[in-house]
Amino acid sequence: MSKTQKAPGGVRSKGLTDYLNDENVRAVIYQIVAISLVILAGWYLVSNTLANLERQNISTGYGFLDLEASFGISESMINYTPESNYATALMVGFLNTVKVAVLGIILCTIIGTIFGVARLSSNWIVRTLAAVYVETFRNIPVLLQLFFWYAIIPGAFPAGRNAWQPIPDVLLTNRGMYLPVPVADNAYSYMGIAAIIAFIVIYFIKKWATKRLDATGQPFPIVWASLGIFFGLVLLAYLVGGAPTAMDIPSLQGFNIRGGYNISPEFMSVLIGLTIYTSTYVAEVVRSGIQAVPNGQWEAAESLGLKRSIALRKIILPQSMRVAIPPLTNQYLNLTKNSSLAVAVGYPDLVSVSNTTMNQTGQAIEAISIYMAVYLGLSLITSLFMNWFNKKMALVER
Amino acid sequence: MANSLKLPPGPIGSVGQRSVIWVRKNLFNSWLNSILTLLSFAFVLWVLPPIIEWAVVNSTFTPTIEACRATTGACWGFVNANLRLILFGVYPFDQQWRPLLAMIVLFGIIIASLAGVKYPRLQKMIIPMWVVGIPVIAILMWGGMLGLTYVQNSAWGGLPLTLILSTIGIVFAFPLGLLLALGRQSNMPAIKTLSVVYIEVIRGVPLITVLFMASVMFPLFLPDGVSIDKLLRAQIGIILFTAAYLAEVFRGGLQAVPRGQFEAGDSLGLSYWQSMRLIILPQALRLVIPPTVNSFISMLKDTTLVVIIGLFDLLGSVKLALRSDPAWTKYYVEGYAFAAAIFFLICFSMARYSAYLEKELRKGERR
Repeated sequence: MSKTQKAPGGVRSKGLTDYLNDENVRAVIYQIVAISLVILAGWYLVSNTLANLERQNISTGYGFLDLEASFGISESMINYTPESNYATALMVGFLNTVKVAVLGIILCTIIGTIFGVARLSSNWIVRTLAAVYVETFRNIPVLLQLFFWYAIIPGAFPAGRNAWQPIPDVLLTNRGMYLPVPVADNAYSYMGIAAIIAFIVIYFIKKWATKRLDATGQPFPIVWASLGIFFGLVLLAYLVGGAPTAMDIPSLQGFNIRGGYNISPEFMSVLIGLTIYTSTYVAEVVRSGIQAVPNGQWEAAESLGLKRSIALRKIILPQSMRVAIPPLTNQYLNLTKNSSLAVAVGYPDLVSVSNTTMNQTGQAIEAISIYMAVYLGLSLITSLFMNWFNKKMALVER
Repeated sequence: MANSLKLPPGPIGSVGQRSVIWVRKNLFNSWLNSILTLLSFAFVLWVLPPIIEWAVVNSTFTPTIEACRATTGACWGFVNANLRLILFGVYPFDQQWRPLLAMIVLFGIIIASLAGVKYPRLQKMIIPMWVVGIPVIAILMWGGMLGLTYVQNSAWGGLPLTLILSTIGIVFAFPLGLLLALGRQSNMPAIKTLSVVYIEVIRGVPLITVLFMASVMFPLFLPDGVSIDKLLRAQIGIILFTAAYLAEVFRGGLQAVPRGQFEAGDSLGLSYWQSMRLIILPQALRLVIPPTVNSFISMLKDTTLVVIIGLFDLLGSVKLALRSDPAWTKYYVEGYAFAAAIFFLICFSMARYSAYLEKELRKGERR
């Protein structure tokens, strides 16, 4: 520290060293140095890359997306043929990622909640079994688990000819599971529209119910009313549409199974592996969320004369949700990111399709940039949502 | 309350009585719990005997394919026959004492560092141990001096590779993560922005995409004629990835240090680095030891991903052993179970230790 710095009534004029010792001047210098280092490094890497690409005769840019992909994808939620272009292929991969991630998130939440609650059970054996489940699957790498399921699933089931039927019309073979599905009909689109209308109606009823509760103190059975409206409207739409019952039932034809909806072994192993692995983390989140609510809250509810179920719904759950939801979202994000391991078992997710694209076109930078941008976008959307949610849920203190 | 004072010291009742009480209280304290207990017992009785029968009773350790074909149980003979391939990959067979020794040294340093948190005398040794230990491991693995034959990176594999990738990943990510965390807490907008962007971008993408980038794009980044091999590229990818996660761990520690400590440093006239080194970091780092151990555990599990870019870590060498002879291929359950057991042992014991440390470190706060 300079002795002359900030001397009152500055007798001496400021020299260069005084400027260098000034915190603000230093901050500017540090930042200029940091930014120029980053720019220099970036420029070095970019110029190297451009030189390398030129030498290897690789053109840059995303023009290749319009070219014909000419590779098959084993499962797709949209119309895709090898004649489709690369952009469509990547879209197929993205939708497959979304499919496995959404299903995985739903399943791991259900399973994780069950095990999280079970770990807090007063029953010794339930508690112990839950702990064994959580500790086992959480300490084994998820990739190993995926390999394991992918080896087990095709190996454990018979070939198509001797397909195993655990439930009538549901076939299990070494090529995956075949489920009967309803044949497309107008009635199903009516049901979709009815569901949307039901949600809108429920939203307004809930608003009205809250208002009435605030004004008069009279509660309204919102849960039962919502369920009634939802299922009533959907059922009505089904009946109006003519109540179609035609089903597409899988059956053995020759050596293969035709019809029905096929769930591939790749998809099953990715889904089972990710679900089990993530559910152990969800279980821990749920457990700590419940434990975070002090016992006094239960006692307070009891002394107010609330029933246990109402206390749980109105007092305990909102508080444990506040603790549990941020780490829960993190786990959902982890599951989505881990779904990229699908590439190891051959499930055509975004990374897998991009890699095929990369190998065919040589557009490494473009392909990698696409999937990085997609994952980054998903993460950013999630964290924006989380910030909004945290603000909404935060305790409003006086 | 008053009655309890008259009770005799020690446990009440005979062992039999007490176990009946325990069973009532823990297994049959309500209708629902009684049903759950019976269901759980039924589940255990349904699942456990076949597993024990398969894994222990009917299993064979004889390392021949004939013995395995003859048994209905687990073929541990596969692991037995391929043990050195699984543990050390394709490292030259007669030199495999070197990775074994390197692994022991590495384990020793890790355990000593973890124990160092509790024993102050060991604490001072942690950094010197790593400074000496890493070159020793490098010499053992690479060789090419002290009469050891040179072994290429591409021949490394198995458990030593898993441990080296994750340990070196954490050790080198440590300073980088610390700088990023300090950068994120900094008042300088440019430095703060750079740190935040780095941390959030890396944390937003899966590790496998970083590894693909390392294996496919790194060669494009380098000038003509310069090349780094696949293992090193993966290692750099892992370090860059881990640093972002460690940065967030350190940020948690820095935020937990009360503001008054920063002000105290300022009022003593300490410079930024002095007050960081002498006041803030010792407190912050102490707080983040358990989450750092947890990062190490997830790093150890995540290094299995290098299989996808064609390196043979423990999981990769199991796959290698399965493919080495078509006759063995169908014994994948045994192979994966063996690898899973090793991962489980390491990760579970570290997780336990980290939970224990968390409790220990909090003791000081409870007065």
